[in-house]
Amino acid sequence: MVNTEVTLSGLMLSNPVIPASGTFGYGREFSELYDLDILGSFSFKGTTKEPRTGNQAPRIAETEGGMLNAVGLQNPGIHEVIDREIPFIREVFHKPVIANISGFSEEEYVYCCSLIDKVPEVGIIEVNISCPNVHNGGMSFGTDPKSAKRVTEAVKRVTTKPVYMKLTPNVTDIASIAKACEEGGADGISLINTLLAMRIDLKKRKPLLANRTGGLSGGAIFPVALRMVYDVYEAVKIPIIGMGGISSAEDVIEMMLAGATAVEIGAANLVDPYASRDIIRQLPFTMKKLGIDSLSEIIGGAHNG
Amino acid sequence: MKKSDYTIIENRLLARNTYMMVLRGDSTQFTAPGQFMNVSVEGFYLRRPISVCDWSPSTVTMIYKTVGRGTEKMAALKEGTVLNILTGLGNGYDLSPSGDRPVLIGGGAGIPPLFRLAKELIREGKKPQVILGYNSKDEIFFEDEFIAIGADVTVTTADGSVGIKGFVTDALKQMEGLTYFYACGPIPMLKAICTGTDLDGQLSLEERMGCGFGACMGCTVITASGAKRVCKDGPVFRREELGW
Repeated sequence: MVNTEVTLSGLMLSNPVIPASGTFGYGREFSELYDLDILGSFSFKGTTKEPRTGNQAPRIAETEGGMLNAVGLQNPGIHEVIDREIPFIREVFHKPVIANISGFSEEEYVYCCSLIDKVPEVGIIEVNISCPNVHNGGMSFGTDPKSAKRVTEAVKRVTTKPVYMKLTPNVTDIASIAKACEEGGADGISLINTLLAMRIDLKKRKPLLANRTGGLSGGAIFPVALRMVYDVYEAVKIPIIGMGGISSAEDVIEMMLAGATAVEIGAANLVDPYASRDIIRQLPFTMKKLGIDSLSEIIGGAHNG
Repeated sequence: MKKSDYTIIENRLLARNTYMMVLRGDSTQFTAPGQFMNVSVEGFYLRRPISVCDWSPSTVTMIYKTVGRGTEKMAALKEGTVLNILTGLGNGYDLSPSGDRPVLIGGGAGIPPLFRLAKELIREGKKPQVILGYNSKDEIFFEDEFIAIGADVTVTTADGSVGIKGFVTDALKQMEGLTYFYACGPIPMLKAICTGTDLDGQLSLEERMGCGFGACMGCTVITASGAKRVCKDGPVFRREELGW
């Protein structure tokens, strides 16, 4: 019997597979398809202080091996999430959930995190300082080490829950941002968010997305994500949740070898609603094939020697 | 929603850029006309959302236009090819407010889901008027099929090559005694219908989708009761919800 357990900041997960924020809503749609308790955890939809309807349509475009989205943090707002979504999550998911918190100001991050701190169902707060699809906020906090550190410190002051900072790949040196977050007291790092990208409609000769640009996700970005997880692993001592284009048990293991303690599955859930379940089912077989007895032993394994 | 494999038993050209594909497989997920499915096409990352034209206990029929490389690839698929499809997506049309003489208004690729709707209305003893809008004669499909099931069909073409010259709204203006409308087609057509009539009705919207089952928030439309997902809360919306 192989051991798929991993531990994130004292939180033991039965396996490292976590559906990523923005691809799993608050679990409703997927709870009709399979038992969510098979998951290590899941990271719910990026939540802001106020309800948001997001950007104008079209918000989705396709590309070779991936997709672009410019949703722009559509969500019902933190109060609605606590009043209506958390009670639903309590019914369908009996493990600590990851709360993804987004914002447009330091005050907003602090406001939402102090509220979510009191929610017993939440095991980890994932602070999204990396959304590429909103203006005057989101990603701008994650592109400068100083502001990344400042947000981390501010959030850490209002919660006792583990805080994972979710980073953008749209920077020159992601390791320096991760290091700044660690210095600010972050308990872990989540990476990567989507890569800023665009498509142009050939007939209209205009950007395909109404927002002009969007975030690239899917298999196409896996090697980029892998490289960044590898770099950040060398730079920090805190655990990493690795994500970006993972779509198979092999990808999970590769990401863990690069340095991830756990992984998030994103766009794969959208093209195949059973993707996370199937990866979890496949994981023990892939481990056996590769001679892995315990997943926690391979974390950062590619850095040895 | 269900994810399953389907085998192509027919895939042929119906009109210019318009194909009909008949699939063998489970149709139990379809509960209302106007629902759609999301078709995985080899070599393409996202699935293709396509409305369902009709179904039997063991087959599903869709009619699709070739609008890009994905649908062009679909058009080239041979009988016997297996496709992975998410079925039973979306809410579909609600037949209950139709009255005795509803009008079904379809434009181009919006026509197919109205076929099953017309069948079910006729089965309930209603007398549906059907307006089918095309650009020109070479794009016409399914006119005979609608007539064969007993619908009263009016055709419009933008270039006047067949039927009434103009748009579906030009045909709608000439009709009297209608009780309700059901529409599917491009957004400008749907908005023009609402501008041109006081009738209550339901409209099926189209938007670029990520997942097709409500997870990604890619296809949101703003309604009277807030942001709704075209794929999950729609694609069919009541006129008053849209405020058109």
